[in-house]
Amino acid sequence: MQSSSHAFKDNAHRALNDPVLQQALGIMKTGFLDKRLQAIGNLPEFEALRDAARDIKNHTLANLDWYLERYESKVKEAGGQVHWARTPAEARAIVLGLCKRLGARNVTKGKTMIAEEIGLNDYLAENGIVAVETDLGEYIIQIRNEAPSHIIAPAIHLTKEAVADSFRATHTEMDPARSLVEPRALVDEARQVLRDKFFAADVGVTGANFLIAETGSSVIVTNEGNGDLTQLLPRAHIVLASLEKVVPTLEDAATILRVLARSATGQDMSAYTTFSTGPRRPGDLDGPSEYHVVLLDNGRSALLGTEFHEILRCIRCGACMNHCPVYAAVGGHAYGWVYPGPMGAVLTPSLIGIENARDLPNASTFCGRCESVCPMRIPLPKLMRHYREQDYERKLAPRAMRWGIGLWAFVAKRPPLYHFLAAVAAQVLGLLGRKHGSFYNLPLASAWTATRELPAPQGRTFQELWYKRSRATKSGADR
Amino acid sequence: MSDAREQILGGVRRSLKRGALEGEHAAALEDRLRRHAPNLVPGRAFGIAPRQLVDLFETQASEVLATVARVRSLDAVPDAVAEYLAGRNLPPEMTMAPDPLLDRAPWGKRPLLKIRRGAADGKEPAGVSAAFAAIAETGTLMLTSGKDSPATLNFLPDTHIVVLPASRMVGPMEAAWARLRHAFAPPDEDIGGSSMPRTINFITGPSRTGDIEQKIEMGAHGPRRLHIIVVEDETLR
Amino acid sequence: MSEPDPADQPRVGLFVTCLVDFFRPSVGFAAVKLIEEAGCSVEVPGLQTCCGQPAYNSGDRRDSKDLARRTIALFEPYDYVVVPSGSCGGMIKEHYPHLFEDEARWHHRATALAARTYELVSFLHDVRGVRRVEARFPARVAYHDSCSGLRELGVKQQPRALLRSVDGLKIAELADAEVCCGFGGTFCVKYPEISDKMVSAKIADIARTGADALLAGDMGCLMNMAGKLKRDGHKIAVRHVAEVLAGMTDAPPIGEPKRGKR
Repeated sequence: MQSSSHAFKDNAHRALNDPVLQQALGIMKTGFLDKRLQAIGNLPEFEALRDAARDIKNHTLANLDWYLERYESKVKEAGGQVHWARTPAEARAIVLGLCKRLGARNVTKGKTMIAEEIGLNDYLAENGIVAVETDLGEYIIQIRNEAPSHIIAPAIHLTKEAVADSFRATHTEMDPARSLVEPRALVDEARQVLRDKFFAADVGVTGANFLIAETGSSVIVTNEGNGDLTQLLPRAHIVLASLEKVVPTLEDAATILRVLARSATGQDMSAYTTFSTGPRRPGDLDGPSEYHVVLLDNGRSALLGTEFHEILRCIRCGACMNHCPVYAAVGGHAYGWVYPGPMGAVLTPSLIGIENARDLPNASTFCGRCESVCPMRIPLPKLMRHYREQDYERKLAPRAMRWGIGLWAFVAKRPPLYHFLAAVAAQVLGLLGRKHGSFYNLPLASAWTATRELPAPQGRTFQELWYKRSRATKSGADR
Repeated sequence: MSDAREQILGGVRRSLKRGALEGEHAAALEDRLRRHAPNLVPGRAFGIAPRQLVDLFETQASEVLATVARVRSLDAVPDAVAEYLAGRNLPPEMTMAPDPLLDRAPWGKRPLLKIRRGAADGKEPAGVSAAFAAIAETGTLMLTSGKDSPATLNFLPDTHIVVLPASRMVGPMEAAWARLRHAFAPPDEDIGGSSMPRTINFITGPSRTGDIEQKIEMGAHGPRRLHIIVVEDETLR
Repeated sequence: MSEPDPADQPRVGLFVTCLVDFFRPSVGFAAVKLIEEAGCSVEVPGLQTCCGQPAYNSGDRRDSKDLARRTIALFEPYDYVVVPSGSCGGMIKEHYPHLFEDEARWHHRATALAARTYELVSFLHDVRGVRRVEARFPARVAYHDSCSGLRELGVKQQPRALLRSVDGLKIAELADAEVCCGFGGTFCVKYPEISDKMVSAKIADIARTGADALLAGDMGCLMNMAGKLKRDGHKIAVRHVAEVLAGMTDAPPIGEPKRGKR
């Protein structure tokens, strides 16, 4: 997928001035947060489970090559095939090749960020293959030709009116006089339309929340059941997954599943958690006759062992962005690529290069809320700070900022100079600001004063006053 | 493609600053897989007496908007199915999994039920399956695909009815995995690629979506209704 | 009245912070009063300047380390380092040890200092066992939880516990007390539009409580919120929590002039 992360500021500006988006973001604020709190409130072991989940992933990443090989051999044992893709181009080519061999014209898709990452849908379309998104949120943004704005709720930026408009424009075979006011009607219509697509599909493409090394299984976690119909009905099931999705055992998956749904939507378990292993077995009454897994690297192996290693623990729950005040202000599209929010602020520059996504790790107050809710205990602010450090060292950070910080540090290392300048400035600004108590306007501070008053200093610095006080006490003390 | 495979694995090893794992290290990983030990299991999921397991399951399943009925024996199942459908004004028509457990129920008692056996075709209004196991911790059903159990029944019909012997109920998911290993792994072997069923569905309530303004609606693509008939007959396995 | 034995009195080094030093010294004096009333002696090392956080968060590790070394050396002699700010306090307590992960000696010194460093209110409550103050502030008060104080230093219940003992004071909890106000140091000038949106959401939350006053433990947050409240025409008095706890509320609220409307 093409990125517009370099245009973050412009994207954010548009987002902040989009009343429809702002209304939708307002609705998001309460939903996921409250439900999550309730769910974890009912599970006293939640904090310990976060530790366990983190440890499982750390162990797996440290032995990733071994686990990948074991996973591959188990998939083959089950009658499936594993295809290795270094780059998005290779992954696309593999999928197209499979579709062509199968004579596929219609493809259904469950939710997969990897498909976004490699730009699969457009590529298939260019080659005469129609790929239909079946997750309701993904379907909606597909017909609107938009990118997902959130990992778990891709259409969260849309009001129901917007959805109804899109349905009317797309489902032209339906009665124009029908009512599409309530979400219920919209869901029913999507169910009807997509049911036909499920049956018409030659190939079903899903992602994978987990790949289980001990059994060669892929796991999807959904609430709608679309992923299941996608992988059940067509002749072939293709799984797209990046390397770091591997976990060792079924029991390990059980542990991480406990923190996944609770962190994502506040459910103890999502409606459907499905483990798929290979194609249908002899005697099975349904199921695909072919099962393929495309393992995508695209920068993951390069991240291992670096200071950004910990982002590979991410299980795509979306809790970080649900709790991020910056995401709540600008929504997902502003981040410009597949992965938004705090995890996107780290993963996006890691995958597409910091030079293309410089704003992302910088547009954070380091409030730390993301880290506090991450089920895998990823230290997101620390990772963002590493990007800032890299930039600073390579002198890629904006000059004005480097000079500003450099100047500040220069003065701060020279206490007499620092105190002198502070005292002078406090007096001057104190005097200037006396009348109103604050500045409506101040040169060099326009970014602040454009929207806020800048409170005036009290007129003397603490150090000055303290020094005076100490001298007075000394001279006044009886000896 | 093997080129890509070697490059990727090589890249992983380079990043981890080591070569391929062998010897003791590899043996330790084999051992970890072989033991497949559970990690921390929540207190609410274990040490529960069987009777209370069913109560916990019922509470959890009801919270996610499945409905639960409890009957004393398989004999009562056809009545339970007929009454459920009639009570909701649903047509007495279903496709049923050709499961040996379901075979044993006296369907002849309810001749007005139109029953088709096999996989779902998308036209039936209701599907009836038997559960492999159930997890009381979260009110979750575990269904495995096979010659007796078509997975399409779990998703295509509007209404899904699942018959669950209480003896197949466990506390946590880890115990469900233990049942699976016991049932499917060949003797003296671990469960692996070929012995796993193609599909294992963990089902917790009916299908739903919150994708439109975060308002939860049922029956997004899968069933709108999930009805679970728990058969509390100790002799039934 | 017998003098307390000086040997029992812990020696506290006050890390006053740039913003308190420059903008609002009265907070520093309130802090001194509170610490002294809690049975400690207070000294203010004259050579202190900045904890280095602006450099640290901008990615300038070198300067942050230089400033950290100075701060550590300056404050090591004290029994405790007390800071009227969660963010500077967090810098010293949480981040200084990380800064020197690769330098064993400095790491050791940073860790030792971190163990004795506290944000002001948590020092009073958790270390000195203070449970009530003698102060009066009849007002409906909203309290904002500054991010670093909350998440790095666990400051949440302590200010509320102490504020509850203030005569006439009623706490009106913000629905989103724990949500960032949008200051974030250089963030508010690097991304002013987003910052403005965040602080506007915070202001709306404050206004909904019908509070007369807003308190917090961090000058950066306070100036940000006070600046927005005033620009939007709200009549809500903004102060540092230390001023209220110390009963030192003669100075005009943040952003207000002397002999002002209050």
